[in-house]
Amino acid sequence: MKQIFNVALKEFQDGLRNRWLVSITIIFTILSLGLTYFGGAASGSIGIASLSTTIASLASLAVFLIPLIALLISYDSFVGEQESGTLLLLLTYPLSKSQLLLGKFFGQGAIIALAILLGFGTSAVLLFMQVDNSQVLSSFALFIFSAILLGLSFTAIAYLISLSVSEKSKAAGFALITWFVFALVFDLALLALLVGIDNGLSQQGLTQVMLLNPADIFRLVNLSGLDSSDVNGAVAIAINSSLSQTTLISSMFAWVIVPLSLAIFILKKKTL
Amino acid sequence: MNAPLISLQNVGKKYQQLAALESISMTLNQGEVLGLFGHNGAGKTTMMKLILGVISPDSGSVDVMGMAPDSKEAWHSRTKIGYLPENVSFYEQLTGLEVLTYFAKLKGYNKKTAIALLEQVGIAHAMKRQVKTYSKGMRQRLGLAQAFIGEPKLLLLDEPTVGLDPIATADFYRTVDQLKSNGSSVILCSHVLPGVEQHIDRAMILSAGKVLAAGTIPELRKHANLPVKIKPKGLNGAVSSDPKLNLFLTSELEQQTLFVPEQDKLSTLKQLLSYDAMEDIQVESANLEQLYQHYLSQKSAAFNGEKL
Repeated sequence: MKQIFNVALKEFQDGLRNRWLVSITIIFTILSLGLTYFGGAASGSIGIASLSTTIASLASLAVFLIPLIALLISYDSFVGEQESGTLLLLLTYPLSKSQLLLGKFFGQGAIIALAILLGFGTSAVLLFMQVDNSQVLSSFALFIFSAILLGLSFTAIAYLISLSVSEKSKAAGFALITWFVFALVFDLALLALLVGIDNGLSQQGLTQVMLLNPADIFRLVNLSGLDSSDVNGAVAIAINSSLSQTTLISSMFAWVIVPLSLAIFILKKKTL
Repeated sequence: MNAPLISLQNVGKKYQQLAALESISMTLNQGEVLGLFGHNGAGKTTMMKLILGVISPDSGSVDVMGMAPDSKEAWHSRTKIGYLPENVSFYEQLTGLEVLTYFAKLKGYNKKTAIALLEQVGIAHAMKRQVKTYSKGMRQRLGLAQAFIGEPKLLLLDEPTVGLDPIATADFYRTVDQLKSNGSSVILCSHVLPGVEQHIDRAMILSAGKVLAAGTIPELRKHANLPVKIKPKGLNGAVSSDPKLNLFLTSELEQQTLFVPEQDKLSTLKQLLSYDAMEDIQVESANLEQLYQHYLSQKSAAFNGEKL
């Protein structure tokens, strides 16, 4: 346990020193404030948009940004240390491979979680002070919580990439492809399937398929409670599905735990 | 007599088709310093990894401090082993002190240990600076400080003096001597280290995964049978007219130098000293580098013989 903490602390320190924490927090804050205050501009009104519009636009923004940032922070975690020789050195220490991986996960996860909490939390608090509606807090709490899970799940996926390749540049390439697939291609493919093939996919089936993409689960979690006029894309069709929030949240947890366990397994098999 | 600290018996290791090590046997006792020499890809690093327990042997057995180093029981003895990898670049964004504190904590020590070690290797003045500002020599010192954490019983150092200036190299050897007198065993690994001879007890020359030669330096010298170089000064041709001495003038490049077999060294010196005109004399036994080249060329000669 102590070893995990030591590694986590060092990763967190690294994240602070790289200015990761500061820069992502700023990005999240600016974007979330901007969307909160000017989100209604498209419909011709300036000022605070409705809660459902705000959450909808924040979610569609976060679904692109958070996976990208998580992949960027973590893609070189192992391949980078392997290239610089510190991975070999660490393995000669009284530190197990799973301790090393979990330590890294907690450290880098803390950076992402803290940035999300600070960045989006500010808008939540500001919005709450102005509209004084307790629904704001509960919606934002759900949003922030699921956004953190989304970040953690892509951190774990980044470890899988980092452990499967032997060069940093390859890891970067795969990270980018992974992001592209989960954030864009997956949804487009679903839409094509829905439109192109008659009765190819039932509404129930569509929701099941969406569970294969953590980014889509995140969308479902945040958009299912909203006015469907603020939502578009494949999610809009899946929204009226029967899946409960508990199922969705637990599938997000699965998207953290499964890649993480797989990464530990690969690291244990890996020879240097 | 205690059991040896390390013993390798008929150890073999393969990477896919390539045999990195073939039936290596060796022992290392407590307080002994072994020099491990060989060109790139000779199997030095593989041998170190086997001793460290990072990889497991395909055949034979490795025993370190009475345990197989890749087993679970050996977990706690890892605190007593220090390792400096050949190519390591530490976390550039962190300061020297942060890096060393991290490694010290992983071995169960604290910041105090880290500061003391940074002072010992002479980079305490730069400990608050980020590692990316360090010179090659400073990085190497940081790596050494890392290997010295917790006064290890066993030190494995891969190319420890690369990038060190002569003063830092001398400091390094002083530390090695000190650790040795405290009962630590050391394995120094290198292509060839100038000036390493007086600090090692035994040498082992590896090539293509096999042991070419192993033993103390005098033993290796005796076995290699390399001549001693003797350079007298001020004799002006007296040597070439002396029938006892001119036998040894075998080199055309160095006409004033005698190449004398080890067993004729003393008699030749006595003969030379009988000349009053001699102003100065230099006697050079074969050094490690020459021994190394000798064993390697012997091996390639044998190899060519096989082919023919």
